Amino acid sequence: MPESTFLDSTELVLNMGPQHPSTHGVLRVILKLDGEKVLGTDCVIGYLHRGVEKIAENRTYAQFNPYVDRMDYVAAVSNGLGYCLAIEKLLNVEAPPRAQAVRVILTELNRVASHLVWLGTHALDIGAITPVFYCFREREEALKIFENYCGARLTTHAFRIGGLQYETYDGFEREVLAFCDMFLPKVDEYEELLTNNRIWAGRLQRVGVLNAEECKEYGVTGPVLRAAGVKWDVRKAQPYSGYEQYEFEIPTRENGDTYDRYVVRMQEMRQSVRIMRQAVEKLAPGPIMAKVPKVIKPPVGEVYVSIEAPKGELGYYVVSDGTTQPYRVRVRPPSFVNLQALDRMVAGGLVADVVAIIGTIDIVLGEVDR
Amino acid sequence: MADEQKPAGSPSPAQQGAGGANPKAGAAAGAAKTAPPKPAAAAPPKPPATMAATPWDSELARDLRNRFGERIGETSTYLGQDFLVAKPDAVIPILEYLKLEGDFDYLVDITAVDWPKKPERFELVYILYSFAHNRRVRVKTAIADGYRPASAVGVHLTANWLEREVYDMFGIEFAGHPDLRRILLPEDWQGFPLRKDYSIVQQDERWVRENLGIESGQ
Repeated sequence: MPESTFLDSTELVLNMGPQHPSTHGVLRVILKLDGEKVLGTDCVIGYLHRGVEKIAENRTYAQFNPYVDRMDYVAAVSNGLGYCLAIEKLLNVEAPPRAQAVRVILTELNRVASHLVWLGTHALDIGAITPVFYCFREREEALKIFENYCGARLTTHAFRIGGLQYETYDGFEREVLAFCDMFLPKVDEYEELLTNNRIWAGRLQRVGVLNAEECKEYGVTGPVLRAAGVKWDVRKAQPYSGYEQYEFEIPTRENGDTYDRYVVRMQEMRQSVRIMRQAVEKLAPGPIMAKVPKVIKPPVGEVYVSIEAPKGELGYYVVSDGTTQPYRVRVRPPSFVNLQALDRMVAGGLVADVVAIIGTIDIVLGEVDR
Repeated sequence: MADEQKPAGSPSPAQQGAGGANPKAGAAAGAAKTAPPKPAAAAPPKPPATMAATPWDSELARDLRNRFGERIGETSTYLGQDFLVAKPDAVIPILEYLKLEGDFDYLVDITAVDWPKKPERFELVYILYSFAHNRRVRVKTAIADGYRPASAVGVHLTANWLEREVYDMFGIEFAGHPDLRRILLPEDWQGFPLRKDYSIVQQDERWVRENLGIESGQ
């Protein structure tokens, strides 16, 4: 008989994932437990690694555009916007106003769609089954607009370097406004189910706290940072695509816990509707494509351009050597960076809170692994 | 064939050809031909004027130069983005100084670029942001293959995973990193994919054979 077994130890190592419904993809978390208490975690990632950055070096600038949709696939439009803006910056061109307004509409619509996936699955993880059906019902309406616009629902490839390939279809404005009118009461509906629900509040409040200092240390951005009280949003701080013309608030909360992150995202969806309505009003006839050469050959140089994706700051660092293919494309993925803070957020908490915290960071493994 | 024929008939080749070689002429031709895309046609003449990096003249740049002297080689601005090139051993002190004195408290990203033909093969890039001043700065340095740059984890915790990824993809080892393991690729994988001499179809055959039980992943 062995002298001591793992049962004698107070520390239990538990493997969670990579195939686990609550890790939102193929994420493996190794948990070190003392009874119900989590002592520490180790994330094992890379199961979805496809070498997107390597692929970029072997494609032309335009050819690489559809690949970025496959990173954060629930917010493909945002990925595309960031990439197009980065290359436009390298070329020193700007999309025409009409293209910018359409971009804003679709990106905000995508933010809503992304937050709906988060809300539905997050609530499901906690044990509330109803919201996921409601969320996916409304998300369907958003996806229909994408489909009508560009033919794809998920990996949209909606934008081109320099603007848009497609003019909006007949009834685009009407459908977007109809979505806005339909959607706001639905947000109230979700909030009725959850916001004052005692079980919801009990499972979320004071769970996975990350304060403002820790957020900055870990480079955490997006709703997680704002829930900790930092009023920072790339759309306001360094506006792009004409965001400076729109009136909207940056929702913030003070406690930096899972509940606050829930509240922040709910308010963000309302703000997105507000932006979409203003953008539809701004939609004047005009060109949708800037003057970009057919063969894109940016001059030698490098830029870093970032946008506010639904998950946080999504950045592209692109190096051009003057040829038709990018010399280097580095994607600064918000999910990857935010996931790093998981260890800090769960340490000292309960094992049941781990799924709540993974849900609240709102990761997409396609973007974590690239 | 179809691609070659199409532009021949349309009015675009003149603009297109000129746009590539001489944006100014292209823009003039475009403006003369069609009236509607006026704002777009007005944009291209800008590039030649702003496409070169210009010296970055600001209080912060002067401040850094005074403090680090010879260890900072270049302070420039390109397309409105400020960056400085420093000696490898000066990077961590600069990050520290910028964090404590310049409020650059958010390390956005660490990445590398491989230039196999240069004697100092890798270019390490640190992107910083200051919430207080709403400002970004890039700190760059060039290191030779095998050089072990100091880890930035002591200054910014977020450097942990970012440096692991740089190690994973480029094989740059960071001295003093608390947990330098591969992060995206399997731990026993051979080779560093984002190096330029690593072909896009290349893979660790042995790993694929042993772990996936197939001859090739292609």
